[in-house]
Amino acid sequence: MNSPQDSSVVGSAPKVSWREALSQNAGAYVGLILPLIIIALLTIWPTVTGKDITRESIFTIMLSIALASSLNILLGYTGYVSFGHVVFFGLGGYVGFYLMAVQGWSLWPAMAMGGLAAGLLAFLLGKAILRLRGGYFALATIGVNEAMRAFINNFEPFGGPVGMTLNFQVYRDYGGAAQALRMTFYILAAITFIVILVSYFVRMSKFGLGLLAIREDEDAAEVMGVVAPSAKTWAYVLSAIFPGILGVLFFFKNGSIEPVPAFRLNFSIEMIVMVMLGGQGTVLGPILGGIGYQSLRGYLLTSPLFKNIQLAVAGVLLLVIVLFVPAGVVGWLRNRFPVLRRILQ
Amino acid sequence: MILQLEGVSKNFGGLRALSDVTFDLPEGQILGLIGPNGAGKTTLFNCISGVYTPTEGRVIFRGQEVTGHKPYDMAKAGMARTHQIVRPLNELTVRENVIVGSCFGREGNGLTAAGRIADEVLKFVGLDGRRDQLAGSLNVGQKKRLEMARALAARPYLLLLDEVLAGLNPSEIGHMVEIVRNIRDQGVTIIMIEHVMKAVMSVSDRLVVLDYGRQIAEGTPQVVANDPQVIEAYLGDPDLALRLMRDQARSQEST
Amino acid sequence: MDFLFTSILDGLMLGFVYGLAAMGLTLIWGVMNVINLSHGPIISLGMFGVYLLFTFLGMNPYIALIFVALFGLLLGIVIYFVAVNRVIDAPHLSTLLATFAVAMIITGLGTAVFTASPRNVDYSLGSVTIGNATIPVTRIVAAVLSVLITAGLYLYLHRTRSGRYIRAVANNRSAAELMGVPSVRILALSFGIGTMLAALAGGLISTLFPFTILAGGTYELKSFVIGVLGGLGNPIGALFGGLILGVLEGIIPTFMPATWVPVLEFGLFVLILLVRPQGLFGAKKS
Ligand SMILES: Nc1ncnc2c1ncn2[C@@H]1O[C@H](COP(=O)(O)OP(=O)(O)OP(=O)(O)O)[C@@H](O)[C@H]1O
Ligand SMILES: [Mg+2]
Repeated sequence: MNSPQDSSVVGSAPKVSWREALSQNAGAYVGLILPLIIIALLTIWPTVTGKDITRESIFTIMLSIALASSLNILLGYTGYVSFGHVVFFGLGGYVGFYLMAVQGWSLWPAMAMGGLAAGLLAFLLGKAILRLRGGYFALATIGVNEAMRAFINNFEPFGGPVGMTLNFQVYRDYGGAAQALRMTFYILAAITFIVILVSYFVRMSKFGLGLLAIREDEDAAEVMGVVAPSAKTWAYVLSAIFPGILGVLFFFKNGSIEPVPAFRLNFSIEMIVMVMLGGQGTVLGPILGGIGYQSLRGYLLTSPLFKNIQLAVAGVLLLVIVLFVPAGVVGWLRNRFPVLRRILQ
Repeated sequence: MILQLEGVSKNFGGLRALSDVTFDLPEGQILGLIGPNGAGKTTLFNCISGVYTPTEGRVIFRGQEVTGHKPYDMAKAGMARTHQIVRPLNELTVRENVIVGSCFGREGNGLTAAGRIADEVLKFVGLDGRRDQLAGSLNVGQKKRLEMARALAARPYLLLLDEVLAGLNPSEIGHMVEIVRNIRDQGVTIIMIEHVMKAVMSVSDRLVVLDYGRQIAEGTPQVVANDPQVIEAYLGDPDLALRLMRDQARSQEST
Repeated sequence: MDFLFTSILDGLMLGFVYGLAAMGLTLIWGVMNVINLSHGPIISLGMFGVYLLFTFLGMNPYIALIFVALFGLLLGIVIYFVAVNRVIDAPHLSTLLATFAVAMIITGLGTAVFTASPRNVDYSLGSVTIGNATIPVTRIVAAVLSVLITAGLYLYLHRTRSGRYIRAVANNRSAAELMGVPSVRILALSFGIGTMLAALAGGLISTLFPFTILAGGTYELKSFVIGVLGGLGNPIGALFGGLILGVLEGIIPTFMPATWVPVLEFGLFVLILLVRPQGLFGAKKS
């Protein structure tokens, strides 16, 4: 018989001319423009205004963006709802903090180890709980986070229920507390930048296409040859590493760590809300979501009218989004203005 | 032999959906798989393509035992299938759907090569006008063709088609049958589940008939159509029996 | 030994109430595949309902439960139509977030009105002594009422027309629709009954322990564990799940520090999800 390869219909892939390849590739980067501009603006904004307070609020926004974008790799691309994603932030933070506070490590290797610990946990967990679908997976991630918090609460090397604090002297190695504070901001900016690049290249890659296929219909994806178990696990690991690193940075800046703030379930849910608000499954979505959510929260918390009921107001807004704009801002724009699709990735 | 089934059986709890299905499929043929509703045809596809693990029996694909392998292993080994109930990746475009087939199928192409293949395959099944549309927005006939395109883009050795003609109008059926012949002519072996008797009779080299999970007949369309057991099986479904016999008579008239 | 006996007895009593708290969650899951994240705040509302009626109107807490139940039923139906109905067939994330939004609204308003300071229902029926164990009578009443309510739910689901409809919808919604079951109304009713059970549980708990507007959260997490133990979607299984959890909470502290209880609870929870997602008691549907 003649082998299927040399048939005309399903014939071998024609060569791609270099010109076409170039234009295609150039087109492929269009979607990066907006995300990178936004991150760049956020990074230089505190220098422009010259106020420390601006830097602090942008630190919160940027942290949100980085966390939401990481989560989006699992939630938005792969379609698995990790309700307890904060476990990676908390565990990474704890491991890194322990290394700095007790073992005297410096920030960089501690961050690396925090990321590693989170990634490892995701890898091990992924093998087990990613078998669960839909609501069962979401529940399991809640269980994992609660179990971890309860465990750390009992784990004496990490300080048990009181947690750990950094000796103030530590900041001296970084040129004093003020200098260290400024430094954490720029480190955060760099990490956010990397997260966005990773998110983008995953989205545009074959691996990412496999994830999207899993999101749409996991069984059909497997029939088409997507090796779902390993693809999901790697997506989970990727989405866990950055929260792990960021946890170390955050608690370093914070100066202390305790079980309750490190594993706060609501923090996970906030990440999800940001992803939803901006548009799940897009690169730009979590960025806009992070900015939008934190600005709104800041406004509600300080507004005399809403201050007392800010949680309820946020709830109403969330409900409106879920019910009426489930695709988020970016998704809505993409559907509304198909011309903009290339830019709004 | 590209595919050998040896005593494949499948139980769902107390229900024996397949019992002892055994046949060989030579390369380059079209095998029609027919039988009344609920006979176990789709279940057999699921057992072959790794969606289910057979309760008993062996599946041998291209000389290798693949019983109980995962669906993605089968895809990589060169098997592709369509679904009776279409399963488009709704929020991806038509083209992206087909690219998935090519990227993760037997050849494991990169995105660029897969894009080219997708464009060709889409033209072949007549969906090129809709390539940038979301798959979820297609009508059923188009979704059937999309199923076909995804499977083809994987460049399989063996293609499993589950009722690709169901729900199509006569002219679409004619078009689809042409497509199937065309694929076979390019050397792809095909197993085709079909209720549209005329089409399956005319296109198949051989037929296997299932009834209540048992394989009640096997042979050329002529032989099978005259098999009293087959007629009887379809008599449980009088409509089909009638149609079967009418189609049969007509094809005899024309020869 | 005596100590162990007391702990187990204590745990059992509490377990019935836990079971009741989880029942609403698991009913809603079973009927419509929705994880109701507003479950905890509704438990809190049940607590405050009894508290307010008792403290300001001087109503007997057990009479107050009747009003709390009615309120829970109506609230659930409202929540269903406002937040859930529109996304009932959307991916899981939508219903999770919609019910979470409801939780935010309830908690936000609740905190604004009641603040987060602790309250308690100052009501006692004395205590009885069994062997060496002394048990407050309110606990016994709470346990008995939980069992009665569960029995009522069972009878309702099996003996009444709307109860049968609920089970039919839980089994297979589209088939039930084909048979003429008004599915939207049944879904709303189920959601209402689910929240009614949560509010009742909250009301009973308020007679046992002090609480705040945020206290429901703890019971929500416990309900997840219990739901998984008893089989999500199996409301009667929840009672057994509650008993298991109650007994575990009773005996674990006798041989290790009490702070390890949640570690074991949630570890067990994840483990059961992995190996027996249909729960310890088999049946997936009620
Ligand atoms: N996952 C399953 N669990 C339980 N029973 C199943 C399952 N899949 C199929 N069955 C049963 O197995 C039998 C064979 O079903 P199958 O879908 O293979 O039939 P079919 O020949 O493809 O029918 P049709 O022509 O209607 O597509 C039926 O009785 C069906 O109800
Ligand atoms: Mg079938």
